Amino acid sequence: MQGIDLTINGKKVVAEPGMTILQAARKAGIHIPTLCEHPALPVAGACRVCLVEVEKNPKLLTACSSPVAPGMVIHTHSPRVLEARKAVVELILIRHPLDCFSCPSNGKCELQEVAYELGIRDSSFKEEGDTCNSYALEDANPFYVRDMNKCILCGRCIRACDSLARYHAIDFQNRGIKAMVQPPVGRDLEHSDCTFCGQCVQLCPVGALSEKASAGQGRPWELESVKSTCSYCGVGCELNIQVNRKTGRIANVTTDYQSPTGINEGRCCVKGRFAWQYVHSEDRLTRPLIKENGSFREAGWAEALSVIAGRMNAIKEDFGSDAVGFFSSARCTNEENFLLQRLSREVMGTNNVDHCAHL
Amino acid sequence: MGLYRSHVLVCGGTGCVSSGSQAVLDALKKGLADKGLDKEILVVATGCHGMCEMGPIVVVYPEGTFYCRVTAADVPELVEEHLFKGRIVDRLIYKGEGTVADVPHYTDIPFYKKQHRIALRNCGYINPENIDEYIARDGYVALVKAVTEMTPDDVIETVKESGLRGRGGGGFPTGLKWSFCARSAGDKKYVICNADEGDPGAFMDRSLLEGDPHAIVEGMLLGAYAMGASEGYVYCRAEYPLAIRRLKRTIEQATEYGFLGDNILGTDFSFHLHIKEGAGAFVCGEETALMASIEGQRGMPRPRPPFPANKGLWGKPTNINNVETWANVASIIRNGGAWYAALGTEKSKGTKVFALTGKVNHTGLVEVPMGTTIREIVFEIGGGILNGKKFKAVQIGGPSGGCLTEEHLDIPISYESLSQVGAIMGSGGLVVMDEDNCMVDVAKFFLEFTQAESCGKCPPCREGTKKMLDILGRIVAGKGTPEDLDSLQYLGTMIKETSLCGLGQTAPNPVLTTLRYFRDEYEAHINEKRCPAGACVELARYVIDAKKCIGCTKCAKVCPVGAISGTVKQPHVIDQDKCIKCGACAEACPVKAIDRR
Repeated sequence: MQGIDLTINGKKVVAEPGMTILQAARKAGIHIPTLCEHPALPVAGACRVCLVEVEKNPKLLTACSSPVAPGMVIHTHSPRVLEARKAVVELILIRHPLDCFSCPSNGKCELQEVAYELGIRDSSFKEEGDTCNSYALEDANPFYVRDMNKCILCGRCIRACDSLARYHAIDFQNRGIKAMVQPPVGRDLEHSDCTFCGQCVQLCPVGALSEKASAGQGRPWELESVKSTCSYCGVGCELNIQVNRKTGRIANVTTDYQSPTGINEGRCCVKGRFAWQYVHSEDRLTRPLIKENGSFREAGWAEALSVIAGRMNAIKEDFGSDAVGFFSSARCTNEENFLLQRLSREVMGTNNVDHCAHL
Repeated sequence: MGLYRSHVLVCGGTGCVSSGSQAVLDALKKGLADKGLDKEILVVATGCHGMCEMGPIVVVYPEGTFYCRVTAADVPELVEEHLFKGRIVDRLIYKGEGTVADVPHYTDIPFYKKQHRIALRNCGYINPENIDEYIARDGYVALVKAVTEMTPDDVIETVKESGLRGRGGGGFPTGLKWSFCARSAGDKKYVICNADEGDPGAFMDRSLLEGDPHAIVEGMLLGAYAMGASEGYVYCRAEYPLAIRRLKRTIEQATEYGFLGDNILGTDFSFHLHIKEGAGAFVCGEETALMASIEGQRGMPRPRPPFPANKGLWGKPTNINNVETWANVASIIRNGGAWYAALGTEKSKGTKVFALTGKVNHTGLVEVPMGTTIREIVFEIGGGILNGKKFKAVQIGGPSGGCLTEEHLDIPISYESLSQVGAIMGSGGLVVMDEDNCMVDVAKFFLEFTQAESCGKCPPCREGTKKMLDILGRIVAGKGTPEDLDSLQYLGTMIKETSLCGLGQTAPNPVLTTLRYFRDEYEAHINEKRCPAGACVELARYVIDAKKCIGCTKCAKVCPVGAISGTVKQPHVIDQDKCIKCGACAEACPVKAIDRR
């Protein structure tokens, strides 16, 4: 495949055909700030932060949506670009509260990063009597909190719901300054098509959407990401367990949309993302228990397994193979279920094997 | 069609219908039947005549007598005098403006004399619901010519030669646009007619759809043949029920006659046309938002490329043109590209329809060759400013356009000349303003419109226009600061530079042009807390002229806040601090002693 020769900020760059200016710049290690863009989502061209100047083109172009063409001469940080970019971010900041101190997204907020990069402290357009948002905090469900006052209307949540979760539970509503992201007219999230998979929450570049259980569990810079596999079902989604280094406890669960190993390609369901609190539950069984004289005592795995094997063999001897039955789980993998039926048929000699999905 | 000695055309456009033309039509039919004249004289309901302010309009042919403001009560006299005895009813004919004498004949009226009707050629002349009348006016001749004598490339070349440019506002050369879509590879292609007319005061698309819908369909057929499209949509706002009804009828008739459907006129060319009713979002006039709306998505623009010619409706190559653009195509194919190109200026060919509204004597639709001056349109065709007031400005191009002043009156109108002075052709809205219009208030009006219609997708348009609107609101309330003008200028420039679609890129135009040409008015609001036109309520002052006041106390009695004091038979005084500027006192004063300043 023939490469496409470009010049970005005076540097010769070779891009692949079909690439956007943003992709070509990233490949060459040149940073262009973005807000509405995410590699896992379709291009929107909405936030206007990635505007760049392309010579011989009278208009500034959004790097995220403009395909490269041979011989393009691109400036990503020219005075004209910087002025436009700054104006755009300051316009976004008119209505965005600057309470970063208490915001759950502090430290991972992309708006914060872009503003910092451009040297913006506050919006110069902000003034008393501005149309301020005063949306009530929405936290009726147990999974995530919506703070529409912080929403910058980048539409990432909408695109995540539409193209990743494929539920299209939310979309833009109203026009002009009243535009906002909502479930269908007159309904709340809890009575919409939302399945609370939480992909929108992870992809929100600001703090408009945040995980409820993660509140106060650790700042982004305190967390260590541990790659793991979801234990809820046999699909085996890859998850990143975010562990607080100070407390050693889980603070959040995220996914990696660029992971080369994850079969879920970043997707996951409500359980995998939000239902991790059992890990630290005091009621959780962490060691096998053996019942003796009406009460349980803790035991090791070797002892527990030998008790099970002994009792099963005894039943088989006394009453025959068909006195034993095996019941497996949909949460197990295919391989585990396969092994269980072999144990049942070949070791124990019974066809009494079934699966919870039959219930 | 039968043979009649006379045709009586009654305007059935939306304007005349709302001023009562249906009753006139019914009365005429009844009156003629009663007289036994219904076999000799045919009554026809036509599309818009353009001079809506004079409606209901009735034209009697073959004489071409033009009657205006006809009511059902006038009909018996009209039947008896004109249609039976052949005597023109003087009291109903058009009365000329100023030095112009009474003008009984259609073609002599200054409003029509200067016009050159190509797109509007059949509007007001034929019954739009009868395909035979369209055919009698050379309708579908261009289609037959194209599919039997011309290759698709010939059609595109003819449109290129004509110099026709997009009449929706962008002004992109139509033939070139068609060639992109024609070249684009695809098993399925679409053509779309953009009838999402939304500019305040613009109604040329509606009148065309209502007055000559077959011309739009024929134009689309020619485009479809040229580009290889097999399916088309007319995206028309649901607020145009008459246009939609007539379009449906048009599609039925054209299908029945074999102009639409499979194997048109016995050839391999097939074309199916659908109507999509839009919910009235202004931004759906932007082509990518329009296509999203047809697909069932929320109408929001997306960045281009990919351009519709490559990836349009449902990802297929698509060509979108405005109603007026399509309306010109059949005439161009019938008469040749050179015929059309003979009209207009060097780079802007042909004619353009303008919706003339505001403070002008004759509001309505006018079609003039490109290169006509604003002065000719406003003063010759439009009959000058209402009530003899002084001309101040025209807002040209709708909410995306700009305000031009007296110094621009003699500019020959073309895409280039208008953009040079900060306005745009737009869809052809032309709002005339007189000395009573405050330019700050006008700019605020248009910005209110664009802000309310912004789709909310990109921050410059969504947040920026709101910020500009807030500033304008302050200025008209007398709370502006000199720095506000710099902010407006900066914001306007940045919104134009950074917005995603045409709506945002042009939304600041009314503010930027009024800042450029009427800066003194902004400054008067800010520095002197005064509205020179006296239009801004919050800056208005009601003052009692002590010389005229007779001390009748009526003003003091009607004042809802007790701001007026004075004793009987003595001049009264208004307390400016208490006054809420409701104007009740001025209305109550029997001697007009109260002025608004």
